[in-house]
Amino acid sequence: MLTLGIDSGSTTTKGALFDGEKIVRTAILPTSANPKDSITKLYDILYNQDVAYTVSTGYGRALLDQADKQITEITCHARGAAFLNPSIRAIVDIGGQDCKAILLDNGLNVVDFIMNDKCAAGTGRFIEVMMRILEEDISNIDQFVEGHQPMNITSMCTVFAESEIVSLLAKGADKGDIALGIINSICRRTSFFAQKLNLSGDIFFSGGLAKFEIFRSTLEGYLKIPVHTSPLSQYAGAIGAAVIGYNKVNRTQI
Amino acid sequence: MEIKKELPEVFNDFGEMRKKSFLAAYEMKQKNIPFVGTFCTYFPQELAMAMGACVVGLCSTSDETIPEAEKDLPRNLCPLIKSSYGFAKTDKCPYFYFSDLIVGETTCDGKKKMYEYLGQFKPVYTMELPNSQSPVALELWTKEVIKLKEKLESHFEVTITDEAVREQVKIMNNVRRALKEFYSLCKNEPVPMLGQDMFKILYGSTYKFDKANLAGEIHALTEKIQKEYEENPNKYPKAPRILVTGCPIGGGAEKCIKAIEDNGGHVVVFENCSGAKSCDREVDENNPDIYAAIAERYLSIGCSVMTPNPNRLELLDRLIDEYKVDAVVEVTLQACHTYNVETLGIKRFVNEKKGIPYMAVETDYSTADIGQLNTRMAAFIEML
Repeated sequence: MLTLGIDSGSTTTKGALFDGEKIVRTAILPTSANPKDSITKLYDILYNQDVAYTVSTGYGRALLDQADKQITEITCHARGAAFLNPSIRAIVDIGGQDCKAILLDNGLNVVDFIMNDKCAAGTGRFIEVMMRILEEDISNIDQFVEGHQPMNITSMCTVFAESEIVSLLAKGADKGDIALGIINSICRRTSFFAQKLNLSGDIFFSGGLAKFEIFRSTLEGYLKIPVHTSPLSQYAGAIGAAVIGYNKVNRTQI
Repeated sequence: MEIKKELPEVFNDFGEMRKKSFLAAYEMKQKNIPFVGTFCTYFPQELAMAMGACVVGLCSTSDETIPEAEKDLPRNLCPLIKSSYGFAKTDKCPYFYFSDLIVGETTCDGKKKMYEYLGQFKPVYTMELPNSQSPVALELWTKEVIKLKEKLESHFEVTITDEAVREQVKIMNNVRRALKEFYSLCKNEPVPMLGQDMFKILYGSTYKFDKANLAGEIHALTEKIQKEYEENPNKYPKAPRILVTGCPIGGGAEKCIKAIEDNGGHVVVFENCSGAKSCDREVDENNPDIYAAIAERYLSIGCSVMTPNPNRLELLDRLIDEYKVDAVVEVTLQACHTYNVETLGIKRFVNEKKGIPYMAVETDYSTADIGQLNTRMAAFIEML
């Protein structure tokens, strides 16, 4: 028996298949302007006849007709992160259009969470916009900023930060220094935000940026608490959805 | 003085609903009933009622007039203040338009500064509300209550007798008791009505002007719901019981109540201006000094403009127990500094003293955040 979890995020749609012990398969697609298409396409890629239950999550969670249940990304991220690393007690997720911090108790249940949502500052979108101005591909970011000195980027607003960077470029500033400055800026902001919760135990870092070591280490530097990621970090929401789905089926069978 | 009896020039441009409410107000004005416009639960209604005036709430809750208000006021200001000012400027609200006197209080910084501009094109009188509940503050506020009575007398050229005030105190106490009895229905589990329906009655009752008959009307409604509940106690399934606290939530911010109830929770009690905050305490009818009794009752309202603000915690403490509350949701309006700052203290109280979850959401009158509100409320309720 398998369960399927699909996380329809603002930038990417992720899916994971769970067999009760391990994640057997994952898939990812960019979320198109028609998120229903993306989530349905991902469902078609991953679904097979062994799938007993499907849980959808993320902003587009209501769009999948085949889903047996919809659960919010807060609950799913928490469950997925705790599955990937049971030693953690909090999750920091930098998503495409929001940023969230989730606090767990010792039983790995969600006890508190906060979301920023009013503005693109502190989200994946911020970094995307900045990298576009620098004409650099985000997938090489770790190498790109290696050995550089961070510039001070002070603007909180995505639009103002953009003009700040344009004027730094005009002054002939080094692009790697600027990029590292941007990373510092977003990580500093995220850590202030997350510290509104009473963080004490280890942190799991999820979302698309978690696959880059520079974001993990910078965030850890600001938070002063061990920050963990996993190669499957970006799939945390989808994995959580699949795990919750599995528990549901098991519970009803007993 | 002559009270305002004509319809505004822009009347013919209005939609049907708005025309209707203008005409209802117009008819009252033809009967020579003066309108006193107010913004806040701190306004001692009994005084204006004692001279036969109709007390109308002017707190506006729609983003329709905000662009007009932002021509004069900062954008980063509470939407309630901007919306209200905008309605005053555009003559789009019948109560604003027909108000013969508008009474504000020095409550929050945004409102008291807004009143200065409002006073330049509307007849505004501002009461000096102290920002603490000390004996000295009560002394000042008692004087302000008497000054208000004198202002009403001179402005409308009437005499307000102590007997008339005392009579209105009894009427308003009856209304408070009836509303309290009504919302107490939700002490039952499962609930006999949804929070969104309860809120409509609570909020709507502030726009019922025949206060003498209001208590009876509410009482009849309470009995009807009670009877239906006895016949069918399981109309609504059991669900996590939510207390809503924070800023005034009429109109645009009602989306928060809906988001809670659409995502599996039930709002069982409101600790807001149109809920328990304004019904919980009565004026002492037996106090020989009726003005002192009024001052004492109104000053003890637990609004975040007070420092310190122990009465809010006292009321929350009681409501959480009496309504068997599973979690607290605080709804604040953007740039409402006093409520936004107070969220930390409320969170600590709710988490640590009462041992239940708490979440704060900051919102405005737009519909831009409905998707995010739904996600937050759903996640919060999944957590319970």
